[in-house]
Amino acid sequence: MSFAPGTRVRVADRWPEAEGPAHIRTPHYVRGRIGTVVAPLGAFPNPEDIAFARPAPAKALYHVEFSPRDLWADAGGDAIVIEIYEHWLEAA
Amino acid sequence: MTTPSASQAIEPGDDPRRSHHDMGGVPQFLCEAVETEPHALTEFDREVDALRQMLSLKGLMTVDELRRGIEEIPQDAYLRLSYYQRWIRSMTATLLRKGVLTEAEVAGRLGDLA
Amino acid sequence: MRIVEAESGALLAAVTSLLQDKGLVSPAEIRERIAFTETASPALGARLVAKAWREPAFHALALRDGTAAAEAIGAFMRGAPPLGVLENRPGLHHVVVCTLCSCYPRTVLGYPPFWFKSSAYRARTVRDPRGVLAEWGTTIPDDTTIRVVDSTADYRWMVLPLRPAGTDDWSEDDLAALVHEGDMIGVTVPKAA
Repeated sequence: MSFAPGTRVRVADRWPEAEGPAHIRTPHYVRGRIGTVVAPLGAFPNPEDIAFARPAPAKALYHVEFSPRDLWADAGGDAIVIEIYEHWLEAA
Repeated sequence: MTTPSASQAIEPGDDPRRSHHDMGGVPQFLCEAVETEPHALTEFDREVDALRQMLSLKGLMTVDELRRGIEEIPQDAYLRLSYYQRWIRSMTATLLRKGVLTEAEVAGRLGDLA
Repeated sequence: MRIVEAESGALLAAVTSLLQDKGLVSPAEIRERIAFTETASPALGARLVAKAWREPAFHALALRDGTAAAEAIGAFMRGAPPLGVLENRPGLHHVVVCTLCSCYPRTVLGYPPFWFKSSAYRARTVRDPRGVLAEWGTTIPDDTTIRVVDSTADYRWMVLPLRPAGTDDWSEDDLAALVHEGDMIGVTVPKAA
């Protein structure tokens, strides 16, 4: 799966850290939220595996932009951009 | 200074499923001032930082293992410890887990130093 | 053994001496690494900014391939995460934070400052960037878009600030002297005195 810039994507509403040992680079505050792909950033070995010294297949990484007011009613900024791996994203 | 017991409370608008290091937008810190003044690093800080880099360069541990080890520090200690105090704990735990060091060796050396 | 309860200095000494005994890491290597680490400082990032302000080709390179631009001004990038450069423009201001830990563009700015690693900065910047900037006395016009970059993964990000007015004929050295650590994270903005 690859996402072109401008694609609307939903971040998976998954919480592996609540189930057991996990190392997650997707901030909690965008889980289950919709954003827009800004740019692909290449592919990197999955840190969720590296952190546990497991074989780490490369995952595509995207810059995804969110509207802060979709995340918090009192948000003050205009945009939040986050690096998110492909396995956390689905087309919205 | 926040007391450990107060810092454990989940406040309204917080998500109990998040891990304590995952701090973006978390209510408990929203009224806390940012200390903008420079803080000089100590010799301890520099040595921990450099040792971490050497362990990476020698293939003994990765940055992601460092982060995982930091995240595994319980919340009370995480908030009480300084940045590099967290690092040396994570580094030690990782080296123990990977068998580079043993608990007996570390405990013995700590006893020698005490 | 409860590592969490050990005294930090003793733990470092114990681990360092064990690694030395095993022939894995020597004290000399640690000293050399500290010296190497301290070759990176905000002066390098300021050089990148000043050069990008003056040279259109370098400006384009910095935005297209921050890693190559950093190498060109003498930063040591081998083995480091790629560098992304976020350009401030009239009407657009960037601020960098790492809410999960402390990802910082160390190759061009050196050690992350205390505030960047603090819980308050990590928690508040994504939610209340204007309030955080006010801690430095920084005010961004209301009609300027504030774009917060949460540095979560494999890139490191620095801000290319707006060039202050009245500096058109300034040398690269004089421009670089205007640029400070916080300007390249976005909590402050450079000013011509």
